[in-house]
Amino acid sequence: MLKKKRNLIALGTLLLLTVATLTAFWWLPVSPLEIDSTKRLNGPSAAHWFGTDHFGRDIFGQTVMAARVSLFVGLTVALIATVLGTVTGLIAGFYQKADFVIMRIIDGMLAFPSLLLALALVAALGGSVTNIIIALSFSYWPVMTRIVRSAVLQMKSAQFIEAAKTSGVSDPVILSRYILPNVLSPIIVQGTFIFAKAILAEAALSFLGVGVEPSTPTWGNMLQEAQMYITIAPWFSIFPGIAIMMTVLSLNMLGEGVREAFDPHAKEKIKKKKGLLKTPVSAR
Amino acid sequence: MLEVNHLKTQIETNEGIVKAVDGISFRVNAGETLGIVGESGSGKSVLAHSVMQLNPKPPTFYPEGEIIYKDRNLLTLSEKELRKIRGNEIAMIFQDPMSSLNPVFKVGAQLEEAILTHQKISKKEARKRAVELLQDVGIPDAAQRMQSYPHQFSGGMRQRVLIAIALAGNPKLLIADEPTTALDVTIQAQILDLLLGLQKKYGMAIILISHDLGVISQMADRVLVMYSGRVVEEGTVNDIFHRTAMPYTWSLLRSLPRIDGGHQRLIHIEGHPPNLLAPPKGCNFAPRCPFATETCLAVDPALSPRGEGHQAACVLTKEEFNEKKKEWEAVKMEGVR
Amino acid sequence: MPEPILEIRNLEMFFPVKGKVFQKEKDFVKAVNGVNLKVNKGETLGIVGESGCGKSTLARTLVGLLEPTAGDILFEGKSILGSGRKQMHQLRKDIQMVYQDPYTSLNPRMKAGEIIAAPLKAYRMTDNLERRVKELMDRVGLKAEDYAKFPHQFSGGQRQRIGIARALALNPKLIILDEPVSALDVSIQAQVINLLEDLQKELGLTYVFIAHDLSVIKHIADQVAVMYLGKIMEVSDSESFYQDARHPYTNALLSAIPFPDPEKEKKRRRLVLGGELPSPADPPSGCVFHTRCPLAQDRCKMEIPCLEPKDENTEHLVSCFYPIHHGTPVPSENN
Repeated sequence: MLKKKRNLIALGTLLLLTVATLTAFWWLPVSPLEIDSTKRLNGPSAAHWFGTDHFGRDIFGQTVMAARVSLFVGLTVALIATVLGTVTGLIAGFYQKADFVIMRIIDGMLAFPSLLLALALVAALGGSVTNIIIALSFSYWPVMTRIVRSAVLQMKSAQFIEAAKTSGVSDPVILSRYILPNVLSPIIVQGTFIFAKAILAEAALSFLGVGVEPSTPTWGNMLQEAQMYITIAPWFSIFPGIAIMMTVLSLNMLGEGVREAFDPHAKEKIKKKKGLLKTPVSAR
Repeated sequence: MLEVNHLKTQIETNEGIVKAVDGISFRVNAGETLGIVGESGSGKSVLAHSVMQLNPKPPTFYPEGEIIYKDRNLLTLSEKELRKIRGNEIAMIFQDPMSSLNPVFKVGAQLEEAILTHQKISKKEARKRAVELLQDVGIPDAAQRMQSYPHQFSGGMRQRVLIAIALAGNPKLLIADEPTTALDVTIQAQILDLLLGLQKKYGMAIILISHDLGVISQMADRVLVMYSGRVVEEGTVNDIFHRTAMPYTWSLLRSLPRIDGGHQRLIHIEGHPPNLLAPPKGCNFAPRCPFATETCLAVDPALSPRGEGHQAACVLTKEEFNEKKKEWEAVKMEGVR
Repeated sequence: MPEPILEIRNLEMFFPVKGKVFQKEKDFVKAVNGVNLKVNKGETLGIVGESGCGKSTLARTLVGLLEPTAGDILFEGKSILGSGRKQMHQLRKDIQMVYQDPYTSLNPRMKAGEIIAAPLKAYRMTDNLERRVKELMDRVGLKAEDYAKFPHQFSGGQRQRIGIARALALNPKLIILDEPVSALDVSIQAQVINLLEDLQKELGLTYVFIAHDLSVIKHIADQVAVMYLGKIMEVSDSESFYQDARHPYTNALLSAIPFPDPEKEKKRRRLVLGGELPSPADPPSGCVFHTRCPLAQDRCKMEIPCLEPKDENTEHLVSCFYPIHHGTPVPSENN
C-alpha cells in the first residue's frame, strides 16, 4: 500500500500535522496565545507566516494548535463510531432476530440528517469537546453498523463459516476469528471516512457557534471569528480553511488507499484499467 | 481449413511471463471435430481464445507463430478485419452461459442483433431467422421464448441460446470452450447431441475443448492432449484412447473413475502440474511420470511420429513404452497379490 | 448383519418461498421430501443427483446446519434432532463434513495449522495441539512446513486435504462428503479419492458421499441412492445398482455419462432425457419424474409410487410403477 505515492503523501501529511501540533509549544517561534494589540489583522510576514488575527495573535501558531482539538475529535469519534458500529453490525448481521430490532433503530437514526442530529444534541448537552464527541459519534455509528452488517451478511453464507459451525466452533469465536478479519477492510475504510467527516462536522458546528467553547482554538472557531473580517483580512479564514481541506483530503486518500490494498477486486479493476489483467491466472 | 503453426501465447503477470501456449501446431479439417483435452492450467482455453484473438492485448502477446485461415494469418489482421471473421467464419461458445448473455436485454433481441451484424437483411427477416435458429437449437415455443430474459432460462437453455447466437453468422468453424462443464449430466447429454446434429446440418468444423475425457471420446474425431502449454500427444480418437503413446495420457486414463470399469482402486498421478512461470528443465511431465529416467529430466522431447497422424512428445519409442507399460502392470499385479 | 450407524426417517426440509404481497398461504420449496435412508457402520453411502435435487440440503440437515421440517435422524440409534444445544455440541463431534469448494471452505485469514486446530480448540482438546495437528497433516499427505501457510498458497487438491484434516481432527465416526472432488482436476481427483479410501480403511470411518457423478460413486460407494426433486428414486447396494438399475431416471443418468472409450461409446445405446428439471417449488403431481420419463403412463401422473423392492433382492428399492427389467432394451429418445 505504501508503494503508492498518493498514499505516502497522505500519510506523511497527517503524521507531520500530528507531530507538529503535539510538540507545538517547544518549537513555535511566537506563542499563538500572545495578544499584541499593535499588530491586529496584519497580513502574512516573516514574523507571522500566516498573518495575525483581530487580537494580534499569530494565525500560523493558532492553525497548528487548533489541529490538536480537530484531530482529537476526529480520531475519537472515528474510534467510538467504529467500535459501536462494528459490534452492532456484527450482531445484526449474524443473528436474524437481533437484526430486526437493531436495524429499525438504525433506520430511524439514519432518517435524521447527521449534522442536524449533532446540532440538536449539542444544543441540549451544551458545547464542549466531550459533548461534540458524543454527538458526532452518535450520529455516525449507524452508518458503520449498516456497512458492517451488509459485509457480515455476505460473509455469513461462506462455506468456511458453515465448516466452522460443523466443527463446533462457538458463535463468539466465529464472529471474532472468522467473520471480523474478513470484513476488516470496509471497516477501516469507513473509519477513515468518519475521521474526515468528523473533522468537517466539528468545524461546521464550531462555525455555527454551537461547537467547542470559543476560547479553545479549533479550525471551526477560527473560521467563525474570521468570517467578519473576510474582506479586510482574507488570510484569517484562508489558512484554517486550507488546513481543514488538507487534512480531510489526506484522510480520504488514505481511506481509498486502504480499500485498494485490501480489496482484490479493486486491484483487478486498476490493472484492468491499465490493461494488465483480464482473468486471474488461478481462475483458468 | 485452419492451420496453426508453432503458436506461442504469453501472458505478462506481476510474477513474470506465463508461457500459456508454448509452440503449438495443429490443423482443423473442414467438417471434423478436433478435441482439445487438458487439465486446468494446461493452456487449452488460452489456445482457443488465441485462435479468435480474444485474449486481451496486453498483457497477452504472441511472440511467435501463425494462425492461417483461408490463406490469411489471423495474427497480422487488424481489429476491424478480425471482427469480420469472428462470428461469420469462426464462432465461439463458452463455459458459463449466464455471463455470456446480457441480462437486461431479451433473448430474441440479442439473437436478432447477432444476425443483423452478420447479414444484410431486414429486421423482419432477421426476426424470422431468429425464431428458426431457436427452433434449430431445440428451444420449445421458440416464438414466445424470444420475449424472455436470460434469467428466465435454465443453464441448459441458455447454452442453447448461445449456440443459436454463435450460429447466426453461419460459421465454418465453431470453437466450444468447455460448453457443458457447468451443466448437469442429463443436460450435458442433450447439448452434446445437439452439437452433433447441428454439425451435420450446418457442415461446420468444431474445436471442442474439455477436461472430460469421456466427452472427448464421444465427440471428437481427432484429439490434442495438452499439458502445461504444450501438445504432448496428437492423434485420432482411437490412437489416443486405445494406442496411447504418451505416459501423461496413459496415466490420465488410468486415474479416471469409470462407469464402464470395475470397482478397483484408481491409479493416481503423483504431484501437481508444473508452475508455468518456472517450468521444469526437461520434459514438463517428467517429475510426475512413472517411467521417467535421468534423460527425461534433462531432455525436452519434441513431438515425434508414432503412426499415421499420431504423434507423441516422449523420449520413449512406441516399443519401449509398451515394454514399460507391461512391466508396470506386472509390478502392480504383484502388489495386488 | 451390519448395523446401521445412521438412519434417516421420513426426513422433510421445506423452505418457505416469499409469497406475493396479498397471498396469505405460503409456498414451499420441498428441497427434501420424505427421505428414508440407512448407512451401515464402516460403509459408504453414495447419494447422486443433479443440481437442485436436494442432496446438499440433506447433507446440511445431517450435520445440524439446518433444522428439518419433519422426520427424524438417528445416529447410533439415538435421535440427534431437537436435542439441546449442549448435547448437539457433543453429537457434532462424531459427525463431520468435507465441503465441495476448496477455495471458499477455508478461512482465507487463517493459517493451515490454525484451520485444522479450530475444531480441537472448540472442544478444548488443546493438549499437544501442535503435535496433533501435525499428525493430521501428515496423515492427509501435507508437509509439516505447510503448517504456517495461508490457504491461497496451496493448490486446490492440497486445500481439499486441509479440509479433510479438519474433518478428521475430532476423530469422528461419520463424515459427510459434499462433492469433495468435483472442483478438482482429474489427476488430483484420483489422489483425493484414494486418500479418502485409505482413511476409511485405517480409521473405520463411515461416509456419506454426495456427488453428481455416478462414476466417482462407483469407485467409492457400497450403497447408492439416487435423488430427484427431493425424493429418493432408487437405492441399492452398489453391485446391483450398476448392473441392474431399475429406475428410468437412474438409467438415463448412467447413459448420460460418456465412456472414455471411443469404441464402446460408438456401440452404445443411449437414453437421452428430454426437458429440464421442474421447479422444486411446484413439483409435478404423481411421480415427480413423469414429466421427463420416456416410460411414463397415465398412472404416473396421478399416483405417487413408493420406494419398494421390485424383485427378490429386498435391499434394492425402486420408486417406480414401471421399472426397467434387466435385459429389455432401453427405449431411445435419440432423434
